[in-house]
Amino acid sequence: MKKIKTARNLEQYRQEIIKKDSKYKKIITVCGGTGCHAYGCQLVKQRFQKELQRNKLLNRVRLKFTGCHGFCERGPIVTIRPENIFYQRVQENDVPEIIKETISKGRVVKRLLYEDSITKEKIVHMEEIPFYKFQKRLVLGQNGLLEPDKIQDYIAVGGYSALVKALKLSSEKIIEIIKNSGLRGRGGAGFPTGRKWEFCREAEGEIKYVICNCDEGDPGAYMDRSLLEGNPHSVIEGMIIGAFAIGAKEGYIYVRHEYPLACRNAQIAINQARQLGLLGKDILGSEFDFDIKIGKGGGAFVCGESTALIASLEGRVGEPRDKQHLHTTESGLWGKPTNINNVETWANVPLIINKGPEWFYRIGTEKSKGTKIFSLVGKVKNTGLVEVPMGMTLREIIFDIGGGTSDGKEFKAVQTGGPSGGCLPAESLDLSVDYEQLSAAGSMMGSGGMIVMDETTCMVDVAKYFLNFLKEESCGKCLPCREGIKRMLEIVTDITEGRGAEDSLALLEELATVVADTSLCGLGKTAPNPVLSTLRYFRNEYENHVRNRKCPAEVCAPLLRYVILADCCKGCGLCMKACPYNAISGRPKEVYTINQDICTKCGSCRSVCKFSAIVIG
Amino acid sequence: MIVFDTSLVIDGVKVHGKKGETILEVARRYGINIPTLCYVENLSNYGACRLCVVEIRKGLRNPFLTASCTYEIQDNLVVNTKSERVVKARKMLAELLVASAPNVKIAQDIAARCGIKQVRFKMEDNRCILCGICVRMCHEQMGGKALGLVGRGIDRKIRMPFDKRPKECLLCRGCEFVCLGIEIPCQGIKIPGELCGRCLRMDEMPYCCPLGSFGCSCEHNPLASDSRLRNSRK
Repeated sequence: MKKIKTARNLEQYRQEIIKKDSKYKKIITVCGGTGCHAYGCQLVKQRFQKELQRNKLLNRVRLKFTGCHGFCERGPIVTIRPENIFYQRVQENDVPEIIKETISKGRVVKRLLYEDSITKEKIVHMEEIPFYKFQKRLVLGQNGLLEPDKIQDYIAVGGYSALVKALKLSSEKIIEIIKNSGLRGRGGAGFPTGRKWEFCREAEGEIKYVICNCDEGDPGAYMDRSLLEGNPHSVIEGMIIGAFAIGAKEGYIYVRHEYPLACRNAQIAINQARQLGLLGKDILGSEFDFDIKIGKGGGAFVCGESTALIASLEGRVGEPRDKQHLHTTESGLWGKPTNINNVETWANVPLIINKGPEWFYRIGTEKSKGTKIFSLVGKVKNTGLVEVPMGMTLREIIFDIGGGTSDGKEFKAVQTGGPSGGCLPAESLDLSVDYEQLSAAGSMMGSGGMIVMDETTCMVDVAKYFLNFLKEESCGKCLPCREGIKRMLEIVTDITEGRGAEDSLALLEELATVVADTSLCGLGKTAPNPVLSTLRYFRNEYENHVRNRKCPAEVCAPLLRYVILADCCKGCGLCMKACPYNAISGRPKEVYTINQDICTKCGSCRSVCKFSAIVIG
Repeated sequence: MIVFDTSLVIDGVKVHGKKGETILEVARRYGINIPTLCYVENLSNYGACRLCVVEIRKGLRNPFLTASCTYEIQDNLVVNTKSERVVKARKMLAELLVASAPNVKIAQDIAARCGIKQVRFKMEDNRCILCGICVRMCHEQMGGKALGLVGRGIDRKIRMPFDKRPKECLLCRGCEFVCLGIEIPCQGIKIPGELCGRCLRMDEMPYCCPLGSFGCSCEHNPLASDSRLRNSRK
């Protein structure tokens, strides 16, 4: 590859690529996101390659192995452009049919189309599917169009044009644009990005750094990694613009070692950008030098906290330090002013520069602008990544885009913001999603995890799950976080195992407040949120556990008691055979009994009983 | 001559300090008591025990709690070291501390001073309170770097690298000298979960401390088993 020296050269290069690509009459995209990898998209892609070769179509049809399309529930996803035909759950054996019907004859393979769950209608085009129809995919949209390991694809869709624009502006002007756009940090806290950049720019020091935070560790959240996997150049472009505005010469992408695809794609993207001269010395003839390195993290949740992240990058133990007013923008990496932003924040920057701050400002609510990517998971029909404008209600996200709860069970709660967030009940469904509203409701935006729970979920058990996660992930430096989380877990475990005392809840609340008040870093300060929010909205469930020793959702095993109803039992003996612990005894054609001392409450007997004779008493 | 260039209000008193000083340092200079555990003069500020929490009101922001040992003073700060919120939080911290290390004297002392009589958590028996003083002592004062914190969360421990004495360890025993957990408290616990602290509750229990009959390890007790260690601390 030849180095691109000027903005005009880049434009020429773009036209060359577009011309070269125009010989392809059709484009097949196979989703190569992490979700689809689990479904076996690799095989589908290889089969496509083979079939195209066999049918001698390779010079007319282009096969793209792209980043995440978002609709992970329906993977592996294959789309045919320019018609935008959307095939879901494509298996290796479906490939010849797609080639024969769709590519050669232009006919749609009906059985691979998405079927609307209510109207039972087959939907051909991607944008008509309810899951996509209500979204506003500004950042994620390009994921399906380009191959992450080909910079040409990114340049063809207009990539690095924002950089050209930005390099012509003064740094003050760029910061002003970002400020006017109202962009706020997508990592969770929602700090205005423009102001952060300004602080860092004004901080004293020759050497400055920018960092991209991709240490995404919330259970059930995978937006940032999908973005870095699917469209690494948008992040890099944002970082170059940010570095130019701040005056940084070096940048780091801090990414978890457990995300091999993200590490790989980011590294490839950096190498390609370097080869083209978009990173390195004298970028596009602007005399601005900037380069990016990748820092791999060991997979500690706390390293998403800025000071811990910096400690980890410097090669020390990932532990936060007090930063009250010695913020990282003044003294960060190696003691130099450092600007850390989330992956999604960086990816928003080129969009804002290209389309203008006014355009961005118009999307969203009064204080939260733009769109936000959520990973919609849990007991919901359409799991996947969704990008919606700020201010959309939870109901719209969960029921219109997500298609409601799976198996048609009643909706109970939605957990937003990962372990630092909280659970919101059905009454909060009409809450519009933005930073302030979620905080006021006792949860938070977080990095964008959204876990849907239905009536079979026990909220005390949920609190226990998150506390367990946090106990493992707390760095252990400060006393309230290390000891407090452990003690909260102890109390909650006691409650779920039937040892809860009348004053447990008061103690739990008191402890949670103190942990939130006194912890050193954001992890500890928000750690009690799962407890406090479930106590706030589902107190009756806690009380049921404590006073009646009952788990209404039938989840907490120690509180359950399986009994066989004498009236219904026909004495078939199936339950006795199913019991893995031989806790059931009896003779054929007589009523069987469960020995409660041996019973482990696994529920195997209940699932095999044909007469519904086994109930939880 | 020290120039005091910053003024703030602590507990309603206008105090002065110079830029770069922490709230704790200024407060101590003025004789305002803030309890601490992991803070040691001449070692770096660590901010781990959070016992030195104070409530800060800064401009129009909601008042918040923070550790005074790491918070540098600013003009127009209003600090409260004894507000209800602070006392409540400190009490809970002391309770957490003593529940995890009931056989460490300083933990008991702090708990007693915070007025805790009954611990509501399950008692453990940790001898190390993870204050990190020994690590900082080794790194900063002795130049040893032979000690470090290992593990995460509840598995956090203070260890030498790979559990072997490295050559950086000069056997200076500075770590032992500063260790807070090395002092064994009074052995007089009778009811499980109840703390002693009787030496501080004299008026309540006038007969509690006839010089060592409970096996206290205070200076007056000639029978204290760890007298050698105590002497080395003096």
